[in-house]
Amino acid sequence: MSLARAEPTMPEEHYLNSERGLWSWLTTQDHKRVGVMFLVAVLLMFLLGGCYALALRLELLTPEETVMGRLAYNRAFTVHGVVMVWLFLIPSIPTAFGNFLLPLMIGARDVAFPRLNLASFYLYVLGAALTLWAMLQGGVDTGWTFYTPYSTATGTDVMPVLLGVFVVGFSTIITGLNFITTVHTMRAPGVGWMRLPLFVWAIYGTSIIQVLATPVLGMVLVLVALERVAGVGLFDPARGGDPLLYQHLFWFYSHPAVYIMILPGMGVISEAVSVFSRKNPFSYRVLVWSTVGIAFVGFLTWGHHMFVSGQSTFGAGAFSVLSMLVAIFTALKIFTWLSTMYRGSIWVCTPFVYVLGFIFLLFFGGMSGVAVAVTSADLHWHDTYFVVAHFHFIMVGASLMAFLGALHYWFPKMFGRRYPEGLGVGTAVLIIFGFIATFLPQFLLGNQGMPRRYADYPEHFQPLHVASTAGASLLGFGFLIVAIYLGWALLHGAAAGRNPWESRGFEWYSASPPPESNFHEPPAFPHGPHDYARPGIEPEVGHAL
Amino acid sequence: MSELLRRLLFLPRQASTLASRVDDIHFFIILTTFVVGAGIGLTGFVFLLRYRRRQAHALTPHIEAPAWLEGLYISVPLAFFLLWGALGYRDYVWARTPPADALDVYVMGKQWMWKFAYPDGPGEVGVLHVPAGRPVRVLITSRDVIHSFYVPAFRLKMDALPGRYTETWFEAVRPGRYPVLCAEYCGVDHSRMRAEVVVLAPEAFEAWRARHKTQPAPGPGQVPELAMGVGARGPLAEQGRVVATRMGCFQCHTVDGTPHIGPTWRGLYLRDEPLASGGHIRADVAYLTESMMDPQAKLVAGFEPVMPSFQGRLSAADVAALVEYIQSLRPERPVPPAAQEPRYEPRAR
Repeated sequence: MSLARAEPTMPEEHYLNSERGLWSWLTTQDHKRVGVMFLVAVLLMFLLGGCYALALRLELLTPEETVMGRLAYNRAFTVHGVVMVWLFLIPSIPTAFGNFLLPLMIGARDVAFPRLNLASFYLYVLGAALTLWAMLQGGVDTGWTFYTPYSTATGTDVMPVLLGVFVVGFSTIITGLNFITTVHTMRAPGVGWMRLPLFVWAIYGTSIIQVLATPVLGMVLVLVALERVAGVGLFDPARGGDPLLYQHLFWFYSHPAVYIMILPGMGVISEAVSVFSRKNPFSYRVLVWSTVGIAFVGFLTWGHHMFVSGQSTFGAGAFSVLSMLVAIFTALKIFTWLSTMYRGSIWVCTPFVYVLGFIFLLFFGGMSGVAVAVTSADLHWHDTYFVVAHFHFIMVGASLMAFLGALHYWFPKMFGRRYPEGLGVGTAVLIIFGFIATFLPQFLLGNQGMPRRYADYPEHFQPLHVASTAGASLLGFGFLIVAIYLGWALLHGAAAGRNPWESRGFEWYSASPPPESNFHEPPAFPHGPHDYARPGIEPEVGHAL
Repeated sequence: MSELLRRLLFLPRQASTLASRVDDIHFFIILTTFVVGAGIGLTGFVFLLRYRRRQAHALTPHIEAPAWLEGLYISVPLAFFLLWGALGYRDYVWARTPPADALDVYVMGKQWMWKFAYPDGPGEVGVLHVPAGRPVRVLITSRDVIHSFYVPAFRLKMDALPGRYTETWFEAVRPGRYPVLCAEYCGVDHSRMRAEVVVLAPEAFEAWRARHKTQPAPGPGQVPELAMGVGARGPLAEQGRVVATRMGCFQCHTVDGTPHIGPTWRGLYLRDEPLASGGHIRADVAYLTESMMDPQAKLVAGFEPVMPSFQGRLSAADVAALVEYIQSLRPERPVPPAAQEPRYEPRAR
């Protein structure tokens, strides 16, 4: 596939070079620069969490101590979980790609509150710094879920981490509010609700979850802090508290948080399937309403984390059924993406390979999610490696595929350069294979009865752990290659031209990389964002220079 | 068929009546998933081949899903999901409703051990004896943080919560030994918090029970009186007895020479104790103190390493009182041979 009509040079002035110097970046109010700063930050966090992941896998290579003791292991999985969940997965796609693309996709000059946007970045950095500082001070051994009464009883330093996550939560809320306001008030003329790009819908749905759910997390973290410092007895039964209260509050946030991680990914895939099949989505309205449906029903499923906690039998049944409904919306999306390819013109390039990986991992991750939502089956699987494998497939695997797909798809837009396509496809295949090799054995480990968070384990679990660790090393190797060639492409890649993918997406109407404030005046997009049935019309877009 | 699937899926041998129910729904879900997954994969593959891009600026027909197809996309998976949910819930209700004639067992989780007890019998640490072919109701609680009582071979799991009881039940189908694990993260030794369910044939169980009923075991509420005619009891020793009661020492240690989970305190002071690591140690003040703080450092032979550390939970005054109390328990009779404690091994069958 040739790179159609690639313009030989980059635009002379764009957001990357319009102002120079570190200070201009640190004080910028340009959504694109904030997006890039977030991208760098979340990639650093991904690197950190990934290093811990590899250390954990190494420890689990043998039944007894391999590279670290039990206390060190407990602290390491806590760092891995906290960093990956709160500092990478939740912010990754919305803050990096959402910030960069949302205004471009609706024809706006910036987000609604550019200063708040920058503040959100600094809150994230502050929260991350607090969290990591606490981790490096000695560490926390509660796991990312901070279950009471363990988190209020452990001797490790939980407070700074609670505070760090609390602050990161504010960053999330602010970003969500900003996006919601932007979508409501700054759409270019003609960009109606049912003409929004699907990625925008996904980010919009995500933002609603963020704004509604994150305050609950903030509240529960404050309660844990109060319990630790003042011993108020909210969760401690010796003082009349309820240890399950924490779980209800925590999962009321943290289950919807799973959709904060996966919905933006679904948005990316909806875009990419359409672009690389050169085809309108099989059903735009299904993709939109399933997004809204997930955002809504996601709030009603938290009890499925508590089937063996002593929760009422009726409650378990109710949460089981409600959890099935979320899976329906996901199934709808998968069928719709597949049908979008029907009679399309499919280009299997790097982002599309990630799309295929995403659909595969989402399908099996989702189906295993339905499986653990079946109450009786959960009696066996709860808190075993089956659950570990399930949520890594869906939260990590699928989100990561979408993140990498987005990175490759929008890399030319963001930096105006192209990466080596062959290397991209090969590495994508390697990463998908490595991911499956890492986590497929963990489903079987869970069946075998291996509980989560074990530093050492009975010997009969070892063969599957060895397989999983081998897969993890492949995966790590894959990420290394991506880092190398994208780093190279950043400096030496060929100029991408305005629209190297021949996309009809609105973001491609601006130059690549886009100029500082996107558009002179609100652009008039000549057709829908996913319309490949009519010949392309070269848009009349005035660039602000 | 189901045995083949069980092996393919690495599931442990089914050892309870619940296990086969859980596995059956598991197999149903797995098979459906793979059939649908293969369908999706195949369709995608065909599309990739059939509709791969041949020219750069191809236009494609505008195709919108007809409403009936959208309805099909919703209703078919929904039907399957609800069916699974209903079947699973039926078994779940069954698994959470103990039969009326069930034998009761108490389970207590504690960092980092499992303690078991019968309403009328002695307690055990780390081993639970139950009869095969009879429902056993398990009443579970925790002394400190949340644990989760998990027997993979039974497909059985229930959290142990401080301050409340949870219950579940099982009926083991054949004699054998099955590992008990802790499935809820509970601290440093979470992964070492293991125990064992020993399922005995009904007669063997009755015999075991008859043997063990005769042994008095002070429960948490019973405070053993000082052994008759033993030592002098000053105010400090009396205080030590109070401390020992408060800290639950008598759940494992007796003061009348009866063997129990830990060494009896009667005559312990200045006794030569054989160590699990070989050699002997004299149970002097230093050793007693060390054993409260780091019980596994010098373990007396013949005992399981189950005692938790009391580091930070006993004040210096408490320790002094306890040591004084143990000193006061010096018998006038000769010391009974140490370490002849019960070994709760199942009898060979």
